[in-house]
Amino acid sequence: MDILELKDVCRRVRRNIITMTNKAGAGHPGGSLSATEAMVALYFDVMKGIDPKDDKNPTRDRFVLSKGHAAPGLYGTLCERGYFGPEEFDKFRQLHGILQGHPDVKKCPGVDASTGSLGQGISIAAGMALGAKKTGNPCHVYTIIGDGESQEGLVWEASMAAAHYGLDNLTVIFDHNKMQIDGTNDEVMSLGDVGAKWRAFGYDVIEVADGNDIEQVLAALHAPACPGKPRLIHLHTLKGKGVSFMEGQVGWHGKAPNAAETEIALKELEA
Amino acid sequence: MEKKAIRVAYGEAIVKLGAENPNVVVFDADLAAATMTNGFKKAYPDRFIDCGIAEANMVDMAAGASTMGLIPFCSTFAVFAGRSYDQIRNGVCYPKLNVKFGFSHAGITLGEDGGSHQAIEDIALMRVLPNMTVLVPSDATECYKCVEAAAKIDGPVFIRTARLPSPVYEERPFEIGKGNVIKDGKDVVIFCCGIMLEHCLEAVEILKENGIDAALVNHHSLKPFDEALTREYAAKCGKVFTVEEHSVIGGLGDAVASALCGMGLTKFQKIGINDEFGQSGKPAHLLEEYGLTGKQIAEKIMNA
Repeated sequence: MDILELKDVCRRVRRNIITMTNKAGAGHPGGSLSATEAMVALYFDVMKGIDPKDDKNPTRDRFVLSKGHAAPGLYGTLCERGYFGPEEFDKFRQLHGILQGHPDVKKCPGVDASTGSLGQGISIAAGMALGAKKTGNPCHVYTIIGDGESQEGLVWEASMAAAHYGLDNLTVIFDHNKMQIDGTNDEVMSLGDVGAKWRAFGYDVIEVADGNDIEQVLAALHAPACPGKPRLIHLHTLKGKGVSFMEGQVGWHGKAPNAAETEIALKELEA
Repeated sequence: MEKKAIRVAYGEAIVKLGAENPNVVVFDADLAAATMTNGFKKAYPDRFIDCGIAEANMVDMAAGASTMGLIPFCSTFAVFAGRSYDQIRNGVCYPKLNVKFGFSHAGITLGEDGGSHQAIEDIALMRVLPNMTVLVPSDATECYKCVEAAAKIDGPVFIRTARLPSPVYEERPFEIGKGNVIKDGKDVVIFCCGIMLEHCLEAVEILKENGIDAALVNHHSLKPFDEALTREYAAKCGKVFTVEEHSVIGGLGDAVASALCGMGLTKFQKIGINDEFGQSGKPAHLLEEYGLTGKQIAEKIMNA
């Protein structure tokens, strides 16, 4: 798929995010929109062995959405990739739906780990990468963590272990949109020098100036592995990216657009 | 009588399991010499993963590893069930992953390290989690069987083990979800689990000398729980006592109480740790301090 096509997939995924959060009257559009390019790049270009018809293929690359509240972004991507139809959006966050408020490996095809309790996804992903090495499985494990999420101590326990075990089959994507529920990262709990911290933990760090530019994201994801080191891709992103009134607004972390807002947003996201 | 610590049996059992099943791996958190996983570490160094002093990460890494077809046995102190609880809940039980927990040094008989390290709440924490199987072996032999059975279950299993050497009894039938009648009786029934078996056997002898014919039932499987056997013996004996080295809240006593709900029995007493933390001391002194010696159990039953 070429860049123009990938950009169009991102646009459609963004429409899915708006549509399903509006229908549910709840969900997390802001952090889904900031991570859209990363998920589209993974599912449409980077990850190997991905097949909606065989979503349990043992050697497929794995993806763990550690910032599980960005589920609308993941569901929007999986739908475009063919794991299920858009009719499922009607049941997002609803009784008996496969699209739970946070990803559920038991219910949703294509989901590799149940997440939502922040900090756990990266630890589970590190365990997958270690397990893959122990069993000779050639798969690569990708995980997206949030900036606010990295305030969880477990993120750093997992980081230490991934470096200790030389998990070069693990790529951690850091969605740095600079905002969380109660305000900016700097207002709530400063993260300091993100790249320096991960380098100090033993990671091969790649900085991406615009994490919402799919070409830059792809370049980072395709960079040759650094033997013996896990990788951190530090994406500088924009919360609410693609919807004018959501961009850079803390208030759209966990709020659904109403009918009028949805109309505006979908118009902005037309082809 | 031969004595062996249940945690030692756990260590031996996972080595044997490791020989039989190459997918068995052990995760520990810098406690291999205490949880007794060092035997496995020596036998299968490539399948032993030390997570350092980071129990929460140990549990979630084991969860991830299990999705690659491995069968991780996580081992640390039972008190850290609390520290890694969110990971056990959301990382393992919610997606029903195939991760086992062999948590040792449970209860007040951990001894000298004191109340900060004496788990009196772990059974309660584990019982309440959907998809979790909870096993409390009463001796080394039962512990081997718990480990073997855990490996055959496709899902999370918690095995609570004790620190100190305790008697090794004759082999009994073992089935997950089934209790064992250790001694039949008709006047009262005592339900026990774990190392309290030894002390309950002593209590049964004292009761006998005092003209009370007590039945003794051991529950190694706290979840699933043998409600049928529990109801049968409660109906038969009329007076019910539960004995555990755990809080009287949420443990064996409450499992028995739930099973007996609606039976209309009025004589029912839970003997255990009465909603308080432990403290430093020699294990034998602690058992006495918290009223869990055979003599004290017998007295409580006679005075009820």
